[in-house]
Amino acid sequence: MQNDSSLLEVRNLHTHFFTKSGVVKAVDGVDFSVKPGETLGIVGESGSGKSITALSILGLIPSPPGRIVDGEVLFKGDNLLKKSPKEMRSIRGKEIAMVFQDPMTSLNPVLTVEKQMVETILTHEKLTRKQAFARALELLDLVGIPDAKNRIHNYPHEFSGGMRQRVMIAIALSCNPSLLIADEPTTALDVTIQAQILELFKKMQKELDMAIVMITHDLGVVAEVCDRVMVMYAGKPAEYTETTKLFDNGKHPYTLGLMHSIPKITEKRQKLEAITGMPPDLRSLPIGCSFAPRCKYAMESCLESDPLLKNVADGHAVRCFLHDDAFSKEESFNETIIGSEKS
Amino acid sequence: MLKYISKRLLMLIPVLIGVSIITFSLIHLIPGDPARSMLGEKATEAQLESLRQELGLNDPYIVQYGRFVGDILQGDLGQSIQSKESIGYELLHKLPATMELTLFAMLLAVTIGILAGVIAAVKQYSWFDNISMTGALFGVSLPIFWLGLMMIWFFSVKLNILPPSGRLTPGTEINTITNFYLLDSLLTGNFRAFKDAFLHLIMPGIALGTIPMAIIARMTRSSMLEVMKQDYIRTADAKGLKTRLIIFRHALKNAFLPVLTVIGLQFGLLLGGAVLTETIFSWPGIGRYVYLAVLGRDYPVVQSTILVVATIFVLVNLLTDLLYKYFDPRIRYE
Repeated sequence: MQNDSSLLEVRNLHTHFFTKSGVVKAVDGVDFSVKPGETLGIVGESGSGKSITALSILGLIPSPPGRIVDGEVLFKGDNLLKKSPKEMRSIRGKEIAMVFQDPMTSLNPVLTVEKQMVETILTHEKLTRKQAFARALELLDLVGIPDAKNRIHNYPHEFSGGMRQRVMIAIALSCNPSLLIADEPTTALDVTIQAQILELFKKMQKELDMAIVMITHDLGVVAEVCDRVMVMYAGKPAEYTETTKLFDNGKHPYTLGLMHSIPKITEKRQKLEAITGMPPDLRSLPIGCSFAPRCKYAMESCLESDPLLKNVADGHAVRCFLHDDAFSKEESFNETIIGSEKS
Repeated sequence: MLKYISKRLLMLIPVLIGVSIITFSLIHLIPGDPARSMLGEKATEAQLESLRQELGLNDPYIVQYGRFVGDILQGDLGQSIQSKESIGYELLHKLPATMELTLFAMLLAVTIGILAGVIAAVKQYSWFDNISMTGALFGVSLPIFWLGLMMIWFFSVKLNILPPSGRLTPGTEINTITNFYLLDSLLTGNFRAFKDAFLHLIMPGIALGTIPMAIIARMTRSSMLEVMKQDYIRTADAKGLKTRLIIFRHALKNAFLPVLTVIGLQFGLLLGGAVLTETIFSWPGIGRYVYLAVLGRDYPVVQSTILVVATIFVLVNLLTDLLYKYFDPRIRYE
């Protein structure tokens, strides 16, 4: 699924945190690629490593205790992990921009919106202060801040949550990045505002022709905006395919679990099918597949060795023995256990 | 805003009433007799009695207190028993001396303290962090009188490069306008006096500034460490801003509020006269003035000066509170 036309290509990324209570393998072997102009979704529960993946790309892992121990992050063919801090600073905000989850805390409370926008533009572009200000105004207009002319002088606390996220997006877009990483950009917002912000992302993408990596735990967001999607579990990709294929023909038991736990308005009201158990402790992962202890279909092999990400169809990769011909004939033992619990 | 300020100023009244009652009681409770300390051991009982009568010291306490408050309300701070000078006039000379010393000490404390705190926080656990914070711990624990005496011994006695006491070398001419010697000497173009006054400031300034410097450094460090963990710092980083900009614009402005509180409090405290420092360096300021007045049981001087000091303290705190708004726009005054 990797090819030369990729804008971003992440290969075998391992980001570990070395804490007193052990090594936390937050990202443990992630591969994916993003083409210019497309949207890739990264889905998973809290702690599945999706945000750490994003921060690793930008070189923003808090270190210590975090460290990228292995892998490559190729952006336009250059390995970002080999760049100096100074080179990375000129890429962050300019080539790759990021929008964070909580607009309430991600903007500096004691600086005006103007200051926070203009400083970004001046850092990367050769413009005068006046030109930068004009550009900032233009961007606020673009992301739909009404009365931008006056509002630009306000402080973040004078904006609502949705408006703040628009400001964040305007800042991210200020230097025309070719890649935008959005880390749960709608999670902290009201549902109606969520839809508006997603619309804004789509509109901006079309106008500015940039690629987006959309990190979310919400499959609804994926369905709304993403072309392709990677499902992550315990620091590893579980399934990686096109969005339509994932929804029509999701393969990994974890993906299926996620889909079943979405309430559907069309069906009769039933108890939601939640995935049993808890995400594993990343300091001491099971020897086999890290999802096996929670998996309905787990087999002997799943406890003994960790499956690899394998293509099951063109452009559809799954990391599960169920979809590996060598193992799929084995009998699941969990089903009987779960069955006996029910009776 | 105006409403807030006037409310705060009105609150001065109960504070000053409380302060006046407490100082009046304390000074009258400690044993000693102003008449005796003025006239000396050889005075006869009759002489003492007539002086007490003259000073009104035989009146009931409540009458004496009433007279004190009545004078204050008319803007009269009273008269020193010892020097017979008007206290208001004396304060006009003593207050600028203390203020000059305080400003100099705080300038040292704030610039060095904040810079050390910021560097220590940014380079947490580095050798600089360890050394400066150990130094700060020493700074808060050092007895000022010891530090002062050691400096005098070393810089004045051994090396003979700094004057040991006073504000000016005797014989140095200076035309006083504001009684801030640095300012006055500059205004009159008297650079010899400026240099002399500056040299006299160095040691008492360091002695007085050490504790606030240490407190400010530690406070800045812990506040910066807290702020550096915030989301908006990560945002600033993700925008590709230069480290210096992130630290001084994004982090320090947020981290400054608790530091400002400390600066305000310390400033107020020092303005109240640093008794130890001023005594050791014979600095003719308020601290030494009150100290000598207590020794001589100069009741009016003690009462009035402490009242003035309390007013200054409250005003400095009000100013600090108003400055918050500049550093944190979310603050509203009601």
